[in-house]
Parts: sequence; structure tokens; C-alpha cells
Amino acid sequence: MPLVKHGKITSDTLVHVADDAEIPGDGAILIPAARFLEDPEGLSRRVGRTGVIWPNNRDVDDLVPYLDRLAVIALMFPTFRDGRAYSQARLLRERHGFKGELRATGQVLRDQFVFMLRAGFDAFEVKKESDAEAFAATVKRYSVFYQPTGDGRLTALHRRMQLRHSESASQ
Amino acid sequence: MYAYDELDRTIINERVTEFRDQVKRRLSGELTEDEFKMLRLQNGVYLQLHAYMFRVAIPYGTLSTKQLRALAHVARRYDRGYGHFTTRQNIQFNWIKLAELPDALADLAEVGIHAMQTSGNNTRNVTSDQWAGVAPGEVEDPRIWSELLRQYTTLHPEFSFLPRKFKFAITASDHDRAAIKVHDIGLRLYKNAEGETGFEVLVGGGLGRTPFIGKTIKPFVHGHDLLSYVEAILRVYNQYGRRDNIYKARIKILVHELGIDKFAQEVEEEWLQMRDSALAIDDAVIEDIRSRFSYPTYEKLPHMPDELKKAAHDPHFEAWRKNSVFPHKVPGYAIVTLSLKPVGGPPGDATADQMDAIADLAEKYSFGEIRVGHEQNLALPHVARRDLPVLWKALDKIGVATPNVNLVSDIIACPGLDYCSLANARSIPIAQELTRRFANHETANMIGRLHVNISGCINACGHHHVGHIGILGVEKNGEEFYQITIGGRADEKAEVGTLIGPAVPYGEVADVVEDIVEAYLALRERPDELFIDAVKRLGVEPFRERVYATR
Repeated sequence: MPLVKHGKITSDTLVHVADDAEIPGDGAILIPAARFLEDPEGLSRRVGRTGVIWPNNRDVDDLVPYLDRLAVIALMFPTFRDGRAYSQARLLRERHGFKGELRATGQVLRDQFVFMLRAGFDAFEVKKESDAEAFAATVKRYSVFYQPTGDGRLTALHRRMQLRHSESASQ
Repeated sequence: MYAYDELDRTIINERVTEFRDQVKRRLSGELTEDEFKMLRLQNGVYLQLHAYMFRVAIPYGTLSTKQLRALAHVARRYDRGYGHFTTRQNIQFNWIKLAELPDALADLAEVGIHAMQTSGNNTRNVTSDQWAGVAPGEVEDPRIWSELLRQYTTLHPEFSFLPRKFKFAITASDHDRAAIKVHDIGLRLYKNAEGETGFEVLVGGGLGRTPFIGKTIKPFVHGHDLLSYVEAILRVYNQYGRRDNIYKARIKILVHELGIDKFAQEVEEEWLQMRDSALAIDDAVIEDIRSRFSYPTYEKLPHMPDELKKAAHDPHFEAWRKNSVFPHKVPGYAIVTLSLKPVGGPPGDATADQMDAIADLAEKYSFGEIRVGHEQNLALPHVARRDLPVLWKALDKIGVATPNVNLVSDIIACPGLDYCSLANARSIPIAQELTRRFANHETANMIGRLHVNISGCINACGHHHVGHIGILGVEKNGEEFYQITIGGRADEKAEVGTLIGPAVPYGEVADVVEDIVEAYLALRERPDELFIDAVKRLGVEPFRERVYATR
């Protein structure tokens, strides 16, 4: 599954640790939520970068105490029809100020890229090679946005107000 | 009319480009049908019994003549020359070819029409009173807020993959013509004691297999807080709505399972954390949207012009005027309902020629504006009363002046088994038969206001639960049977109808309806006691007796 970061296909530097495998003392890892919650204090203080795969039916509030020590949070899309992780992403970014990598994983198709970017995702485990390759082109599909989110894009409402102000200023 | 600006047009065009790419990927096999299904549904494309069906949004039921002509063009060029107006201010085309869909969308985009989110598990077309802006006594034009919500809900990055579909409706009149109590979120606009505009917010209404009347979640949400409050509701629903069972996934089930108080508390907690966010709407934003709605420059005209006095001698004109012409907030003007329920016709259908002709008439007599109502009729919202006689002749000529508005043959019906892959039974032929049985306008007038709603399956697209008489098609051992309910209504006193007894076979439905109507005529206290009021007073028992005594 190709990983897209900063708009490009990149190799994944995180080691995905399986449920029953030993957690290495250093190095970058991505571990399931259950493993993380067995020893969140210890794991979030380990030497290497630590990432957690967080299920979409568990409150992100449980992660809040560790956010500044987590390098990556991977949110799940079991199918692309299941949109719970969009809310989790916005809460993590906009309410709880998570600054690390927010990764979308599961059934990720190109048709979700814009929504995901707007919700605060910045890394994508894309299901199909062709979709990963189309990333840069796909995210340019939209140039106007109606809703304010934490991604900072100006909304149509605000662009209109700016336009009005500049029009009235030039008169 | 609302004028789309460059930004609105850009989004619509970008959506067309995206959908063109999605269709291309499906046709090339890059997308599986399962993957494509969700994508096409987000753009109003269903796979029906015979072909793809294409549902186009008519936000808050307002159309310009240019837009109506574009719909006629799509019907003619890409379909079989007609379209079907639905109960949610949409129009459906039943015979579209997948490969041509992007072109049809592009043609519609030229006049600011789209099909975004007319199906799928997302926020659907925002509907409103078809008399918005012209109804006497209205608090203010609810379309300003409808448009604000239309923009807010369009391609929402967080709520495009909800547990299930999600519908908004808004009214600003005491008499609710938008059926807000049977919507996921219903908004009743009013002014509080301080004179500030806000909304009573209802949540969890809906029909389908488990009908619920919406409950008030907050008695007053200030207009400034509308979007943040709506976002709080949607966020709670997105996270906690059920996704394990499609029949329990609507917000009404979540509200029911949690209880309205607990649900309201969850929403309140969420809302308090974001009410002052970028979603807070200031007056300038509202004014900006308001400024892009244009209103006609009405003339000072007499209430009773000579033309009208003269035409009053024609009993056919008078029958139509008394039935289909409604008071307007401006003296000398009227709202005219165009019945899409001709005797023997499928409810809500209009041909491309009719649409073009109606656009011409709207241009001439209604300041270029047409409205679409949830009862599947059209309306011309600004007709000078002096023009009524000449307008009537023109409408009659094209078959949209049947004087049956709000009467027993003004039937709401879903497409049913004639088109729909979900249906268990036919709806349209039942409606057609009923319009024939009640074709005599004097009889229909004597019966008075009576809404018959027909759905071909439990999904309730024909709103049978809230018909004064509701007819629901079910399948029994491979045969079409129909359950009959009475006493439902969709207005401000919304109620779900009560089943009167065992389902009856296809061939008996019209007889049963006649029996119910006869029972009502015999039982009503006085001629102006409406059917729905008589059922309220008497309960279903006398009707049940009448229907089943001989069956």
C-alpha cells in the first residue's frame, strides 16, 4: 500500500508492529491502540518515534494526554463509506492541537483526498497505486470551499466578504 | 431568485469534472461497481430496474426560467422527454445513460444546477416552503437561511460519509408547508422577544420503516449560531449513529435510543466548545447572501381587476381559481399552483414541452420564477391577479390546470415498482386509478382537503405515513398488497397515520379508499369538517368497520 506524504509517494519509515510482536526499544514504530493503552506512559516516552493506530469507534479524548509525545496517529477507514475518522481528525487537529502526522489508513481512494486534507490528514496509506500517483492532480480538483475547517483554506463566504471590502475600498 | 456568483459556479463545475473522472474510471474498470456505487450516489445517480436514474437538486424549490428550460433540455436530449418532480424538491430522470451523465451535468451546471448529494449517506438537498418570500404572514424569507445551509452542507469534509442520509427542511410560516417535523433536522424560523431571528430546532423526524415525528432539541437557536449548532448535531450523529444496521442508522434511531434529553445534552456539550468558532455567522455574511436574492418590483395593482370580474362568469375558470390560486403578500398578486396530477397521469411528471411552456409563462406572468413543492406540484409565485384568466387558459392548454390542488386526486406517490428496484409494489397505477375514480371535481370539492400518499415499499418515499390516507405497498407471497393508514399529516400538527386493518390486494385499493371517503362523508359533523379532523375526532374504528364489514 503506497504512502503519500507531502503530496508525494514516499517510503514508510514506520515499522508496523503486529499485535503479538515485541516492541523494539528504539526506531520508529506504529502500534495498535490496544498495545499502546497497555502502557501509554512508557510507550510515549520511548526513544524512537511512536505512532498509534486508533480505531474509529473509540473516543480520541483517551489520546489527549499523550498527544505531544506521539509522532503519528493513524485513523481508520474500514470502508470508505465509514466517515467517523473525519470527525476524529478534526477534533485532534482543531480542538486538541495535535501537531504530529495524521495518517489515513484503510480503504483510502482518491475521491476522499480533498475531504481528508480539509479534515487535517497529512499522510495517506492509499489502497491503489493509481490513486496514489494521482494524488497531486486530485487535490487540485477543488479551488473553492464552503466550510471553515482547521486547514486554513479561506471559505467562499470569507472570500466574498474580502471582495466586497476591496470593492468598497477602491470606490 | 438567488444569483450564483463565480465561486458557486466554480464549485459546481469542479464537481462536474470530478464526476466525469469517476465515470471514466468506472467505464474503464478502474473502479469496481461497489466503489463506484457510493461515488455515483453522492451525485444523485441510482441504478434502477431498467436504467440509471438521475436526481437533480432544486434547492429550496426555487427555479428560474433558464433553469427550468435546462431541465427540459436534459429530459429531451438525454432522457425520454419527461422528468418526475419528487417530494423533496428534486427532479428525477429515469432513462439516463451513464456515459452521457457527465454531459447532462455539464449542461445543467451552465445554469447553476447540480445533483450534488441528492442521494447517498450525506446531507441532502435543503428544502423549504415553496411559497417562501411570498406567503402572507411569513416571518422572513427562509431561503436566505436555506442557501446558507446549502453552502454549508455542500461537499462538507466531515459529514460526507454519515451513517445514513440526512435531510434538512426550513419553514418561516405558522402553517408548515415544508414538512419540517418529518426531517432529520427541521427548522422553524421565528423572532424571539428581543426581535432577533432564530430557529426552533427539531431533530430526529423521518419516515421510512420506523416513522418518527421530530422532537424539539432546542427551542431557540440564534441565527448567528445556526451553523455551529447544526455542526454539533452532525458531529454527534457522525460519531455515534449506528453503522451496523442500515435500518437503524438514521439519526431518529439515535435520538430514540438515547432519548431526546440525553441527545440534546451531548449536542449542547459539543456545541459549547465551538459556538464561537469560525462557524459563527455575523450579520454581514447574512446580508451578503440576502443581497444576492432578487425580488420582483411589484406594481400597485387592484385586488379585483376587471379581467377577473369578467372571467368570474366562466364556471371552469372559477373552479380553477378557487382551487389553485392562493393569497400573496402583495395586494393585486397571487400564488398559482400548477397541478402535475392530471386525471389518469403519474403524479409529479412533467414533459419537456410542458416545462418549456411553463418557463415561457413564468417569464410572462411570474417575473421569471417557478417553485417546486413537496406535494409534487409546481407554482408560479408572483402572478398579477389581472393576468389570472389568460394564464389559466394557457395552463389549461398544456394540461397543468386540473383544479384538484389539495383534493383527493392531488396524490403524492413514489415511482414504485414501475421504476424502482427497492419497491415491492406499484404506486403509479394506484394513483392513476384513484384520479379516475375521483375525476369529478364537484365531488372532489365536496370531499374537501384530503391528502392521499402512496409508497411502493417501506422506505416511504411517497410519505404514506403522513398522508391523511396513506397507502403502503407490500409483497405477500409474490403478490402486491397494500396497507392502509388514516389520520397522518405532515404539517405543523404532524402525526403518523394509524393502520386500519389487514392489507388489501392491488385490485381493491381504490374501492377501499372510496369506502373510507364515503364513511367520512356520512360521519362528518358539517361540510367544513375536514377528513383529517373527522378522523381525529372519531378515531379509526368507524372507518375500519366500514372497510372490513364486507371484506
